[in-house]
Amino acid sequence: MTERTGVPSGQRRRAPATYRLTAGLAGLAVLVLLVSVLGVVIGARPIELSVALDALRAYDPGIAEHQVIADRAVRTLAGLLVGAALGLAGVLMQGITRNPLADPGLLGINAGAAFAVVCAIALFGVTTALGYVWFAFAGALFVAVVVYVVGSLGRGGATPVKVALAGAAVSAALVALTTAVLLTDSVTFDQHRFWTVGSLAGRDWDLVAPLAPFVVAGVVAALFLGRALNALSLGDDVASGLGQRVGLARAVTAVVAVVLCGSATAIAGPIWFVGLFVAHLARLVTGPDYRWILPYSLLLGPVLVLAADVLGRVIAQPGELQVGIVLSLLGSPFLILLVRYRKLSEL
Amino acid sequence: MPTSLDTRPPTVARTRGRKRSRSTVVSLVLTAAGFLALCVSVSLGEVTIPLPDVVRALFGDDADGMSYIVTELRLPRALVAVLAGAALGLSGAIFQSLVRNPLASPDIIGITGGASAAAVVALLLIGLRGFPVSLAAFAGALATAAAIYVLTWRKGVTGYRLVLVGVAMGAMLTSIVSYCLTRADVYDAREALVWLTGSLNAKTWSTVQILGLSLALIVPLALLAGRWLLPLELGDDTAQALGVPLERARMGLIVAAVALAAAATAAVGPVAFVAFVSGPIARRLAGGPGIALVPSALVGALVMTVSDLVAQHAFASVQFPVGVITAIVGAPYLLWLLAVTNRVGRGG
Repeated sequence: MTERTGVPSGQRRRAPATYRLTAGLAGLAVLVLLVSVLGVVIGARPIELSVALDALRAYDPGIAEHQVIADRAVRTLAGLLVGAALGLAGVLMQGITRNPLADPGLLGINAGAAFAVVCAIALFGVTTALGYVWFAFAGALFVAVVVYVVGSLGRGGATPVKVALAGAAVSAALVALTTAVLLTDSVTFDQHRFWTVGSLAGRDWDLVAPLAPFVVAGVVAALFLGRALNALSLGDDVASGLGQRVGLARAVTAVVAVVLCGSATAIAGPIWFVGLFVAHLARLVTGPDYRWILPYSLLLGPVLVLAADVLGRVIAQPGELQVGIVLSLLGSPFLILLVRYRKLSEL
Repeated sequence: MPTSLDTRPPTVARTRGRKRSRSTVVSLVLTAAGFLALCVSVSLGEVTIPLPDVVRALFGDDADGMSYIVTELRLPRALVAVLAGAALGLSGAIFQSLVRNPLASPDIIGITGGASAAAVVALLLIGLRGFPVSLAAFAGALATAAAIYVLTWRKGVTGYRLVLVGVAMGAMLTSIVSYCLTRADVYDAREALVWLTGSLNAKTWSTVQILGLSLALIVPLALLAGRWLLPLELGDDTAQALGVPLERARMGLIVAAVALAAAATAAVGPVAFVAFVSGPIARRLAGGPGIALVPSALVGALVMTVSDLVAQHAFASVQFPVGVITAIVGAPYLLWLLAVTNRVGRGG
């Protein structure tokens, strides 16, 4: 990473040295490993690390501990996928909209996916993950287009406030409509209320395995978008002057973001604030170069989600506080701070 | 929406007079329509009562023993719909004008979310039923609004910060509601869901009395403070030059609007979009640059009553809570309004 053509020259001085960033990335990878181990070991039934290693070497379904470990491993995998997907999606959305408040939850994208999934379950009788992930994509895409188009009409284009308000309004509408569907169907309601909080509990292998390829594909695609996002961050005119096909770059980024949000929502339900948190934190560390922001958020997302999941299991013993709730409780104060102490146009 | 205002001097007075009389006519027509909807909603049910009998029973004349059904069984529900709808409409109109954005109604900026969270905690975690739940909802809305106001305050309150802080609070409160729903057993959770949608079922005279009394207190204050809205819409500097005490006016208006939304939500639950649609519809009907507070309240009452009629009688097999209908009607209208307001540059 010696060549720096994609970086805005005026901002280059703020970027830390490459070796320091690489070391930070390695440190984060270790942190991901650490929270993953914590995710397997900590819970209502604490498990010795040695037992966990035994299960890894010779898995025996007859031993209760080993089953618990297997369940928690799937849960941790789900957390890794969801965190990576939502963290990257937040960065991508902030990149294309140049909006510091862009977050899959705040802009209603996750609510759109959630509403589509509820419709799929209640109205079309879809039960498999592979069946409703397409509904999730469609819902996420529809809301993304509506919110962005509506938010960018009129004077000043897509200002942060207009887009955020459009997202909040569309979310309010979708929540009301979701409730309307749920009231007609108590079986769906009973399943759905555990899903709508945004939780990693009880996500079994049959749900996670078919959705994992979507997340992985989205992650890989996202990591290649750094250069395009760097160009976009200079504004449309400069970007096309640099030879970037602006419309194409936007469209591809948006599709990747929608795939990431849709599959994350299909796994865990609507989770807010991961994208917002991760994107700001990553930018704080790396400076404005998206080629560093993207890998950082790929690792920060899982750390955040898994840490929140473990925290939820620790503070509400013997029950648990779902990860979506922990993140909302942490994320809303962060958003309020952001609104109070940062100039909104700053990005 | 403010339409073209004719400013040629000789015609100003005439134009203004026309606007004012139009607003009056609109209010009268809305009142008549609201009364008609109320009569229809009272007349329909398991026993259908002819409209003339309904009107006679309403004015105290017992026609064929129908007055018990009319006054004891059906009228409370209809009256609660009218009162709550009017309160929501008025509250929405004040917020929208104050923040100068038609999207800033109490349901979207998180205030009714506070009522919901408090009510669901009361219903599911504490196990309360009936009036205490309403009280909790009222307190929840007020507390949320106060929190939003305090968190927004930074040498004054600006519209966009109010909205964004409201959105953040709303997110937090929604997650509390979802958490409570997962904790409860499925029947309790369903009951809570009906409350969360907003329902007029099982409303009695005691609800009418409580809601009526609180509105009798708040509405005059709201209308009185409403005279500051027009100068405030012109911008802070102009308003100050016109002698409006800025922060005091804003504070008073917010308190009135929040109290209205809280009272209505406590009575019927957070019925979606009534507060949101009433203001813009009323403005369009009444025309002119005014804020149209009275027409907004009347539109709110009409929307609520008609939605409840549809929710109760339009589907043969099921009776929906009223909030389902207002949501289905309100959501497309919201999208259209979002598009229009942004295009004319009033979206923020």
